[in-house]
Amino acid sequence: MLQRLPHLLGIESLSREQIEFFLDQAKPFQEFQRHPLKKLATLRGKTVAIAFFEASTRTRISFTTAASRLGADTMALQAEASSLKKGESLMDTVRTLEAMKPDAIVMRHASSGAPHFVAERLEIPVLNAGDGTHEHPTQALLDALTIRDRKGRLEGLNITILGDILHSRVARSNIHLLSKFSVQITLCGPSMWVPREVEGLAPKIRRALCMEEALEGADVVMTLRVQTERIHEPALAPDEYIGGYQLTPQRLRCAKPDALVMHPGPMIRGLEIDDAVADGPQSCVLEQVTNGLAVRMALLYHLVGGPPADAPHPAKD
Amino acid sequence: MLLLIKKGRVLDPASKTDASLDVLIEGERILRVGADLTASGAEVLDVGGLIIAPGFIDLHCHLREPGQELSETIETGTRAAARGGFTAVCCMPNTQPVNDNASVTRSIVERAAASASTRVWPIGAASMGSKGEALAEISAMKAAGAVAVSDDGKPIATARLMRQVMEYCDSLGLPVIDHCEDPSLFVGGVMREGPQSFRLGLQGIPAQSESICVGRDVETALLTGARLHIAHMSTRRSLEYVRWAKQHGLRVTCEVTPHHFTLTDEDVRYDTNYKMNPPLASGDDRDALIEGLVDGSVDAIATDHAPHHPASKDVEFDRAPFGITGFETALSLGLSELVHTGKMALMRLVELFTTSPARVLGIERRIAAGQPADLTVFSTSYEWTFQAAESASKSRNTPFDGRLLRGAPMATIVRGRVAFRR
Repeated sequence: MLQRLPHLLGIESLSREQIEFFLDQAKPFQEFQRHPLKKLATLRGKTVAIAFFEASTRTRISFTTAASRLGADTMALQAEASSLKKGESLMDTVRTLEAMKPDAIVMRHASSGAPHFVAERLEIPVLNAGDGTHEHPTQALLDALTIRDRKGRLEGLNITILGDILHSRVARSNIHLLSKFSVQITLCGPSMWVPREVEGLAPKIRRALCMEEALEGADVVMTLRVQTERIHEPALAPDEYIGGYQLTPQRLRCAKPDALVMHPGPMIRGLEIDDAVADGPQSCVLEQVTNGLAVRMALLYHLVGGPPADAPHPAKD
Repeated sequence: MLLLIKKGRVLDPASKTDASLDVLIEGERILRVGADLTASGAEVLDVGGLIIAPGFIDLHCHLREPGQELSETIETGTRAAARGGFTAVCCMPNTQPVNDNASVTRSIVERAAASASTRVWPIGAASMGSKGEALAEISAMKAAGAVAVSDDGKPIATARLMRQVMEYCDSLGLPVIDHCEDPSLFVGGVMREGPQSFRLGLQGIPAQSESICVGRDVETALLTGARLHIAHMSTRRSLEYVRWAKQHGLRVTCEVTPHHFTLTDEDVRYDTNYKMNPPLASGDDRDALIEGLVDGSVDAIATDHAPHHPASKDVEFDRAPFGITGFETALSLGLSELVHTGKMALMRLVELFTTSPARVLGIERRIAAGQPADLTVFSTSYEWTFQAAESASKSRNTPFDGRLLRGAPMATIVRGRVAFRR
């Protein structure tokens, strides 16, 4: 049995056993999404604060729905409607939230390390829903769940991540997670977005210079969104990106025939991914979304804590 | 008024003295230096084997007055400086208003006369408002007490302006101090670019942001033949430019901060006390800086004491201002990291705090009859734990809170008076 974690701030500090525990815990919640009545009483009476200091639709809805399906109430803070615009500091904002006595805070923020900063100063669990260009741990867990379901394992797979690695928190969390399972990770994108430093992040990482090389023998292809909002250097012309790095049906043929195509969303069709690939038989983009609910339910259940640790799994009860 | 400092070990780099001697002070000057001195009616300070060094000079600090007194004042800043063994500190002009004219310089000098524990030597702005356009009123500031010019916080904006400032200041006998960075490479950065910035997802500042500007300045020194001092130098490549300049007879000097010879980018965490500019460098750069400090390529240890009040630092990493405090830990870090590790002789460390920064300003520092009675008394072995909460500074922004240190300032004599005693 896993000892309860105080927070979930990133994948880097988790052990392989902890990751496997969360993936296993997510399985029954995955089946639960197919029930006609999607409401548990596990976290009834608990409140989860959903504090998004950066625009987001899918992750915010996913966390809110996950909390609600566990029976918890949510209180939402949206940056654009909050007092941040009036100059209030992050700490004052979260302390105000804390004073309303939530049992956990799910937080997204444009500054790397903001959830760590908050976690050091609050008594309640902090769940990182994406911090700057640092980590997005629940995305990596839902990706791992999807891969494990489809491929039966993570160990020994060849996984290629395409796009803007430098500015991607999804890439960092996935690299940390996959490297703990001895996955051969290949990274490819415009070279200024795939800096040499990536190879120091974890073992078994290689940089590929062109898409054909990157996709050769891949079991899984993860495509990232081009994050124009985080880029300080001159942006690459879209046609350059499309010409060099768009995932097209033709390029996908370099990967294994049964290779999975994944995308954390939101997808920009016609830029990083071609329609035919996004909607094709190898795509599991929507499955990722559903798995996101299961993973987030498992994490909220673990962090907010309902019944004692040795109680039967709530979705099996 | 006589003060007799007994039983010290006098370390004086200028005369290469290392001997057990007493120092007798009359008023603001040293009267005699010798063995077993006596003086009837003198106040006696028995320092029992501690080191007596010429008074330490800090070439680089921010006292925040006028304008940012929430973070520091001349009174609190210099009290912290005295606790760090400093007898004179050079304060950078990025106050509010900017010290770009004689009236601001005079007000700093007057505030210092009324409230400072150490000597305060203002550094004037190189350009009006440090905006990088018109020259500041440099000659008038010099007359009011400015000892150098700099647009610190920012680089001197262009090579053309640098040329003009260097030529003009050379005619006035003032060194030009440059904070070197290339703004286009720096943009948005919060720590040194490298594996750690990638891991933390923090925007990196490449080392070349600094060395490109050092290269520009060395070229400008070649063009003008004038004095140039590189502030808080943090990279191997920058040091190589300075070495080249020295080898070619240019009057180029540089300083390194205690945090840059103590910490590296690997130490950076999501703690804004690790955010300063220039950022903590790679281990290779840190090693190069230590080599430079030892072999004489680096001229001074300067603190870049940069206090920021707690609320301004208690924010997300990328929103926090750059800078950490430095006075009270500087000597102890030098002893702990450089001398006790066997990398540097004690005399050389003393030189880096005294004689050598004095030379950068074109003055002399030595322990001899007739010299100003500015002395730093310290222990090389005193073990202590630095507690930021007990600092004399108004601010607490330091990565060295709770750090165990070996060696410490024990007494600071400024103008013949005991400004600090542990």
